[in-house]
Amino acid sequence: MLDDCDRCEEMMQPFLDGTLSDEEVALAQRHLDKCSWCAKRYHFEERLRHYVRVAVSEPMPPELKAKLAALRTPL
Amino acid sequence: MSESAPSAAETRRLAQEARDRIRFEEEALGLSDQVYRVARRLAGSREEAEDLVQQTYERAFRSWRQYTPGTNLRAWLLRILTNLNIDRGRRQQRTPQTTSIDNEAGDYFLYNKLESQVPDENPDEERVLERLSQDSIVDALADVPHDFRDVIVLVDIGEFSYADAAQILDIPIGTVMSRLHRGRRILKKNLADKAAV
Repeated sequence: MLDDCDRCEEMMQPFLDGTLSDEEVALAQRHLDKCSWCAKRYHFEERLRHYVRVAVSEPMPPELKAKLAALRTPL
Repeated sequence: MSESAPSAAETRRLAQEARDRIRFEEEALGLSDQVYRVARRLAGSREEAEDLVQQTYERAFRSWRQYTPGTNLRAWLLRILTNLNIDRGRRQQRTPQTTSIDNEAGDYFLYNKLESQVPDENPDEERVLERLSQDSIVDALADVPHDFRDVIVLVDIGEFSYADAAQILDIPIGTVMSRLHRGRRILKKNLADKAAV
C-alpha cells in the first residue's frame, strides 16, 4: 500500500485543482475509496484551502471605497 | 451655424462613449472588494494595499479605452495593480528562485505534523485544522517569498485561473503551476512551524 499512498500523495494537488486526466482521477479515486488514511488527508487539504482563503480575507476599509467612488467621472 | 458645433453623428458618438465609460466605471467599482482582497495579500501592509488599489483605479479610469469589453475586467485591473506594485520597486528585494525548503516535505507533511499534536487518538480533520490560528495563517502566507506568494494569492485566494494568473504576472502558465505547487509547500511548511505547540 505504501507505493499507492505515495502516488496518491503526489496526485493530491492536481486532483484538487482538477488538472488530472480522467484516468488519473479514477486511479486516485479507487485508492481513496479503500484508504481512509489518504482520504482524510485529501479532505483536510480541501478544508485547509478554504480555511486559508477565509483567514486571510480582509474587508476593504469603507474610506477606501468612498475614495474610489469619488474617482468616477462626474455625470 | 457655428463651425465648432458638432455634427449629429459626433454628438451620438460622444453620448455613446459617455455611456460606455459610465458602464466601465460601475463594473470596475463593483469589483473593488475582490481587487482589495487580493491586493491586501500582495502588498506588505494595509496602507500599501490601499495606495495600490487607489492608484489602480485612477489608472484604470484614465485608460479605460484600452480595456476590451467582454474580457475579464478583474484580471485587467489586477494586471494594472501588479505592474504598479513592481514599479514601486518591491521586486528589488526579490527572493532568489532557489529558496530552499528544509527537508522538502511531501503534501501530507502538514497534516501529519498537526495530527501528532492533537491528543486524541485518530482525530477528525476539523480538530486537526483547529491547530492553526487565523494569525498564524496570515503570518505564514506573508513569509512565503514574493514570487511564490503572488501565485498563491491570485489562484488560491483570488480564485483566478492559471491562465489569468499567467497573464496578470506576465509569466508562462507552466511557471504559474510550478510556483503554485512549490509555494503551497512552502506555505504548509510555514504553517507547520507556526502551529501552536
